[in-house]
Amino acid sequence: MTSHSVDAGASRFEPTTFKVKDKKLGMWIFLASEVMFFTGLIGSYIILRWGTATPWPEPGEVLNVPITAGNTFLLICSSVTMVKAFAAIEDGDQKMLKVWLLATAIIGACFVGVQAYEYNELIHHEFLPSSGLYGSTFFTMTGFHGFHVTVGVLCMLWVTVKAFRGGYTQADHQGVEIIGLYWHFVDLVWIILFTIVYLI
Amino acid sequence: MLVFGGLAALTAIEVAVAFMGFERNVTVLILIGLAVWKALLVAMYFMHLKWETRALKILAAAPFLPAAIMIVVVLMENF
Repeated sequence: MTSHSVDAGASRFEPTTFKVKDKKLGMWIFLASEVMFFTGLIGSYIILRWGTATPWPEPGEVLNVPITAGNTFLLICSSVTMVKAFAAIEDGDQKMLKVWLLATAIIGACFVGVQAYEYNELIHHEFLPSSGLYGSTFFTMTGFHGFHVTVGVLCMLWVTVKAFRGGYTQADHQGVEIIGLYWHFVDLVWIILFTIVYLI
Repeated sequence: MLVFGGLAALTAIEVAVAFMGFERNVTVLILIGLAVWKALLVAMYFMHLKWETRALKILAAAPFLPAAIMIVVVLMENF
């Protein structure tokens, strides 16, 4: 192996020009693209909602605001447990890292469960993606977000299993930080979507 | 925990504002303001953006410029 290839290999673990490590920078760039993705959805929603002559239902008329407000609170709680998990491994506390990661995955799964219940109730009352623009925009926006949370829960379980196998140390725990960034972003997007879709 | 309390309280205020019966435009403005406030709390404290380098802060903020332009143009088209 040449000295050049050794250097190239080592540089993967060096801080980038942004003074952060490569994987973390990669996640931030990915999240920037996600901002554009959800902005596209929100922009389409604004056009479809305010561009049509027919007034859309008032908040709470079709959608269940109290249940979803509770679900929003649940997602905020999962962000807190994620913060705790990261703080634990920063302190080298392996036991609490596992506890908080597991809690985050479980609360995230509960969020998806409540969303599935909500969908079931709405479909039972014949509110479907085919029920006009309101139905299609609602299911598209919340569906894509739910998909993101589901992927987040699966990744969180992966990270949790790795934590149980002792895969993270106080010195090297990029995986925990990266899944944390994704998880908080998903929470952030929901904060915006909850306001736009359910309350306005 | 202070941020957590703030996010929970702001969520409760949002729900209350939505059903308080203010004028439509006032309600929308308050709700969007509260949502942006909450989003900033998550980004700054939970995602640690407050303690990151200036370059990373700019990277994180960059997509919001075209996003804001798009939303403003779309709103101007519809109002």
